[in-house]
Amino acid sequence: MLLSLIFRNAFRHKLRTLLTIVGLTVAVLAFGLLSTVVEAWYAGAEGASNARLIVRNSISLVFPMPLTYRQKIRQIDGVKAISTANWFGGVYKEPKNYFPQFAVEASTYLDLYPEYVLSDSERKAFMRDRKGALVGEKLAATYGFRLGDTVTLKGTIFPGQWEFVVRGIYSGRDAKTDVSQFFFHWEYLNETMKIRTPRRANQIGVYVVEVADPSRVAEISLAIDSAFRNSNAETLTETEKAFQLGFVSMTEAIVVAIRLVSYLVIFIILAVMANTMAMTVRERTAEYATLKALGFGPLFLRMLIYGEALAIAGLGGALGIALTYPVADAFGKAMGTLFPVFIVSDLTVGMQLACALLVGIVSAVFPARRAARVNIVDGLRSMA
Amino acid sequence: MNGEAALVSLRSIVKGYRRGQQTVPVLTGITFDIMAGEFLALMGPSGSGKSTLLNLIAGIDRPDSGQLIVAGEDIGQLGEADLADWRARHVGFIFQFYNLMPVLSALENVELPLLLKDMSRAERRERAELALSMVSLADRMAHLPSELSGGQQQRVAIARALITDPTLIVADEPTGDLDRESAKDVLHLMQRLNDEIGKTIIMVTHDSRAAEHAHAIMHLEKGELSGREEVRK
Repeated sequence: MLLSLIFRNAFRHKLRTLLTIVGLTVAVLAFGLLSTVVEAWYAGAEGASNARLIVRNSISLVFPMPLTYRQKIRQIDGVKAISTANWFGGVYKEPKNYFPQFAVEASTYLDLYPEYVLSDSERKAFMRDRKGALVGEKLAATYGFRLGDTVTLKGTIFPGQWEFVVRGIYSGRDAKTDVSQFFFHWEYLNETMKIRTPRRANQIGVYVVEVADPSRVAEISLAIDSAFRNSNAETLTETEKAFQLGFVSMTEAIVVAIRLVSYLVIFIILAVMANTMAMTVRERTAEYATLKALGFGPLFLRMLIYGEALAIAGLGGALGIALTYPVADAFGKAMGTLFPVFIVSDLTVGMQLACALLVGIVSAVFPARRAARVNIVDGLRSMA
Repeated sequence: MNGEAALVSLRSIVKGYRRGQQTVPVLTGITFDIMAGEFLALMGPSGSGKSTLLNLIAGIDRPDSGQLIVAGEDIGQLGEADLADWRARHVGFIFQFYNLMPVLSALENVELPLLLKDMSRAERRERAELALSMVSLADRMAHLPSELSGGQQQRVAIARALITDPTLIVADEPTGDLDRESAKDVLHLMQRLNDEIGKTIIMVTHDSRAAEHAHAIMHLEKGELSGREEVRK
């Protein structure tokens, strides 16, 4: 009967309750979306491996390193495999069509990244074609790339028109894998540069190093950087995760702003909900006085009010969470390759639920206290 | 009167209310007894203190001084929780505006006080149905208060007051919001409760015709008892 009373009380003012639920739904949905955006920001780092190291020029990522470092790094104790990647930074049709493009050492790169899942036939086709390209399935879906399509990129770092043929479309081993990238042969880039700008040939953006024992990454990183100390291109070696987080830290202010907005949304709905509960309790003073006269104690009244607040907040929260999935899906698609991984995590759902319940509990604190302390005589008189 | 022992005993009861810096006296040294089984009407002009006196006897307010023993308990000495528990066991309330929970049906409203008892749901239902039958509302059990007339709502309130088999029933202007016919029905019902099952009833009323249903009328004026009038044997 207590539960029945709570639910019937919650919907006594249908419009007010529905509007509050709608407000909560929107707030919880917004919180979930913003949290997912923040998580998407960190997705690259989340999906990064601790067994891979990234070696780059210590001055800046903009400056390359000589190809000759490859052999020297390979010989360092603990290095299991090595590959290379150069940021290409080309434009597909228009600058707004952004997606990451890398010129990679094809023969080794795919072995270092088992999370990129590709059929044997596509892998062979890619390896055979010097102008071949591998595209992630999200990228392919976004721009309609199909096997055999020719994709032309306008180089910005490496000037000129660059033609590629899509030879493979890779999928991700798990949801955290970035499937919005574009890979092509470094040999194609290098040989072209040898002809167009010879001084820029045989240069590597980053070396990707796989270590045999992930517990030795610090020691191996130090060994690599020591090997090139006092050279023309000193190196900075860090785990792939640290490397990715370095990018995120450049935009930390945006992430902080998004986080603040998401908490602000929850705070606003908390104020709205608290107002709803305060109005509710004020209107029912005589009823609470009657219940107290009948012998019901303050605990019962608190249970009624907390229960009502939690019922409203729970409904709003549940609806908000349920809507987060389709809205995030649509949002992720609308953002295209800007957010390579845009999935609603269990942590986000847990936080949404916690926020909804917190709003329910906090909004009921003062109204419940007021109801529990209502003076019976004054409360009954308020009805007259 | 149906019994001999004093169920309610008031000795030198004083009560006042604070208005800003001042205390306005409402009751100034009230002393009298109410016997078990008695149906007593409290009458007096507005501000005479009759509702305050009823609130004190019902344990929803406390005297400033004096001794107030009801059903063998000095209720002025009880703490909040004990007093609430005492009310649940000993007092049935009938209010002028019925004070039913608007979202609960007639049956659920009557059943409500039984939530405080160690009783199964089926047992609660059975007792609530019986109580509603006693007030001739067996066919209105599922109705919400808003679907009932004023007289019917007051009868539901009477059933709610009866359901815990309280030691005494307090009624504050029980007919004040009713038309003449409904008021007559409610008063007859209260009289039957007193006559047939011996319930002690204390009723505050402005209406002398309502008061005629009681055994006696206690008159209050300016916070003091001004007389007792026997009206019905």
